[in-house]
Amino acid sequence: MKVTTHTSTDTLTLVLDGELDASSAVVLDAELNKPEILNYRKVLVDCQRLSYISSAGLGVFISHLQRLQDSDVKLVFFNMQEKVFNVFEILGLDSLMHIVPTEQEAQAA
Amino acid sequence: MTSHLRIACSRHNLQQVRDFVRGFLTAGHRNEVIVNQVVLAVDEVVANFIIHANGEDANQFLDLMLALTEHRLDIEIEDQGATIFIPSSVAPNPDMREYIRQGRKGGMGMALVARIMDRVEFFERNAHTVCYLSKTLG
Repeated sequence: MKVTTHTSTDTLTLVLDGELDASSAVVLDAELNKPEILNYRKVLVDCQRLSYISSAGLGVFISHLQRLQDSDVKLVFFNMQEKVFNVFEILGLDSLMHIVPTEQEAQAA
Repeated sequence: MTSHLRIACSRHNLQQVRDFVRGFLTAGHRNEVIVNQVVLAVDEVVANFIIHANGEDANQFLDLMLALTEHRLDIEIEDQGATIFIPSSVAPNPDMREYIRQGRKGGMGMALVARIMDRVEFFERNAHTVCYLSKTLG
């Protein structure tokens, strides 16, 4: 899985491309562990090309969410494929994480 | 219809496992969300066997067997390693709010498996651990 990043003044966008599993989750974790992430007001996760997520991938987001929230950094997912969103739903994470349909809504969040 | 796959216990083989399950199921033109759920359940069990039961020892192997009859999918994952690995709970109910508060990274895999599959069983056969999963497909 590839993770590419785009930045603006107050927003970091992570673009996920591929399958997020126990093998590739370390790549995402490394991005979210960077200390400068707390300097942004929002971290947007573009899921358009994220074709799969396992508990390892969910665990990376869960493990960082509280730290981001404590620093007033919003984590917002957008463009999520139905089959990936379904995995969040199974664990009830769709009501605990901020997931919106479009990038426009994510930017406005 | 049946199919079999043997993999070494490396997390780099998880992609091969998912492609194997996907290929077996999508031949029947099934709903993508349901196919993904089954792929996920198998991935979670296999990952547990690889990482926790076998310490990612690539000298150890897992055998996966898929069988589709009418609308029921039966799956067996047999650990060819010597360590018996029976999860403490096959249907845990994690408190996700608490997990977020604690910043927990793991412990959700079996909850996903239990919520996706109709039956989840772990047992010992010939000194090996076997995981049996079953799901009725629409």
